[in-house]
Amino acid sequence: MAIDLTLLADTPDVATDDTTTSGKQRFVFLRNSKSLTGFVIIAFFGILAIFGQWLAPYDPGALSADLLQGPSSAHWLGTNQLGQDILSQIIIGARSVMIVGLIAGVGATAIGVLVGVTSGYIGGIGDEGLSMLANIFLVIPQLPLIIIIAGQLPSVGGVTVAAVIAVTGWAWGARVLRAQTLSLRRRDFVEAARASGESTWRIITAEIMPNLTAIIASGFVATVVFAVLTQTTLAFIGIGDPNDWNWGTILFGAQNNQALQRGAWWWFVPAGLCIALVGMALTLINFGIDEFVNPRLRSVGMNARSLRKRGIRPRIGFTPVVYEAPGASARKSELVTQSELIDVTERAPHQTKENRS
Amino acid sequence: MRFMVRRIIFYVVTAWAAVTLNFFIPRMMPGDPVTALMGRLQGQIDSHAEQALRILLGLDEDKSLWQQYVEYWRLILHGDLGRSFTFFPQPVGEIVMQALPWTVGLVGVATIIAFTLGTLVGRSIGWRRGTWADSALPISAFFSAVPYFWLALIAISVFSVRLGWFPSSGSYDRAMVPNWSFEFIGSVIYYGFLPAMTIVVASVSGWILGMRNMMVTVSSEDYVTVAQAKGLKERTVMGGYASRNAILPQVSSFALSLGFVVGGTLIMEMVFSYQGIGYVLFTAVTTHDYPLMQGCFLVITLAVLVANIVADFVYAALDPRTRQEG
Repeated sequence: MAIDLTLLADTPDVATDDTTTSGKQRFVFLRNSKSLTGFVIIAFFGILAIFGQWLAPYDPGALSADLLQGPSSAHWLGTNQLGQDILSQIIIGARSVMIVGLIAGVGATAIGVLVGVTSGYIGGIGDEGLSMLANIFLVIPQLPLIIIIAGQLPSVGGVTVAAVIAVTGWAWGARVLRAQTLSLRRRDFVEAARASGESTWRIITAEIMPNLTAIIASGFVATVVFAVLTQTTLAFIGIGDPNDWNWGTILFGAQNNQALQRGAWWWFVPAGLCIALVGMALTLINFGIDEFVNPRLRSVGMNARSLRKRGIRPRIGFTPVVYEAPGASARKSELVTQSELIDVTERAPHQTKENRS
Repeated sequence: MRFMVRRIIFYVVTAWAAVTLNFFIPRMMPGDPVTALMGRLQGQIDSHAEQALRILLGLDEDKSLWQQYVEYWRLILHGDLGRSFTFFPQPVGEIVMQALPWTVGLVGVATIIAFTLGTLVGRSIGWRRGTWADSALPISAFFSAVPYFWLALIAISVFSVRLGWFPSSGSYDRAMVPNWSFEFIGSVIYYGFLPAMTIVVASVSGWILGMRNMMVTVSSEDYVTVAQAKGLKERTVMGGYASRNAILPQVSSFALSLGFVVGGTLIMEMVFSYQGIGYVLFTAVTTHDYPLMQGCFLVITLAVLVANIVADFVYAALDPRTRQEG
């Protein structure tokens, strides 16, 4: 998960144009409690994915005499009908889930950036064609498409699944990026770069791309969520290599061996919870990015309780921003109306600074 | 009208793209699925079917790719999706068409409930931003990330195995003959309740989050502030000013989420053994029934396109801006 950490940590950095960027400010994004929670959960599963081999108490495929046992001190999450340890399967399975999520996320993001930025920048007939392509991929239901592609492949490993997800799942990111590139390409700083004779390639990579970082990051995170869900779904319906442990394979085994009817909850509850936790963590990170990009969604670091303590009634149409007057005993609260939609990355850092005070 | 014409052209192109994808996918696959399949089925399929299969899957070496493509279109336009291996010699079209109403019913009812509920809840959460209502966000984040099939497993284990309230599989009481009597419809509702509710629970959080964010964004627009300043009642401002505008992106994102919901529903049908297209697709995947798989994909895609056209008409009716131009 290293890639996604650096991507996100860099976000405020690239977008700020002043020189006061201190070490503390670099991680302003992580101050958001939602995204911090998300990162902690992802880091936990990341550790499982890397060190799983040494952490797992048993070989996930090893048979034992304890058939379909509930959780005990020997098997924390019980065993399945063959006596295999469920906890070990979950720990080992984390790696496959993480790798597929990462590869699919990187792949889909790369295609999305390529198509989205190109189509937004070139405009004209090329743009029409590329956005038509993206829209077609958006409308065609992805899961059935992935199922029929993966279902017809002779062998389906983790990387194949990731590739199929990347090839079919790039369209959403491309669409959002195209819209943003369209609005950026007529801005003054891009015009200035063009006027000073910079090459198209340099304008795209040095002028436009940095302003898209937050959107690219959020698209990446969303694709990883989708990839994790899709991969486990495919494994659950029996497409894929049954010897490649992931959380979907565990659920596949549980479903096909009547775990539900036997009441073996330890067999199917933990694996699904892990999928949901990873998905939730990534979604929370995305909330953080969204709030970073669109300050209107921010609660400006205030939760319901602190608002009430300050006697502020949240009202629609107003974004309460509280300034602590230094040294003054009286608290002063100020209501600021944000009138125009803050444009994405340029103004966001300033906004953050003001609000932090 | 220009809006609708543009959309119709788009859907025609998309339908063409779906059929073309369906044509090329088996042709890009490595290996020869037909020979492998004939070996596995050990002569259960006669040689005539083998030939038809080769045309359908593009393994007919005597013809050029273009000829194959034209041939494929001719078959599709005649409604011929080939014959299923698993249910041989039943045509794929017939199997899929029998399953389609069940899926459409399930998705339709569940989506309407989820959309209405999610939009209403999202509206009030967005309106009360910065209060306790914000705590609904992490909860919705969790539910939006829960895999559909796992939720279905939990629902079955709690409501049908533990409590015994609902049946765990099937779509109606097998002792009954399908007809339009009240008893049969009651049975369909009884069997469909658990799958439908699971889809609602799994998909509602997306609508909540979308509506909440739009509500928050729209409510800091000037016209909302003006409405507040005029001293209009809170309800009027929320209903008549803010949510009327916030709901538009909900409708336009309906099209995009529909594919996702349909995908989830297919999985749901697999878990509940509900006799819709999802279950047929599941059967096709487990038995390597390629024509059936392809047919399912094509019909699902076309159904989603039709639903999108309907959503577009609704959007055009709701948003006067689409009617103004041209």
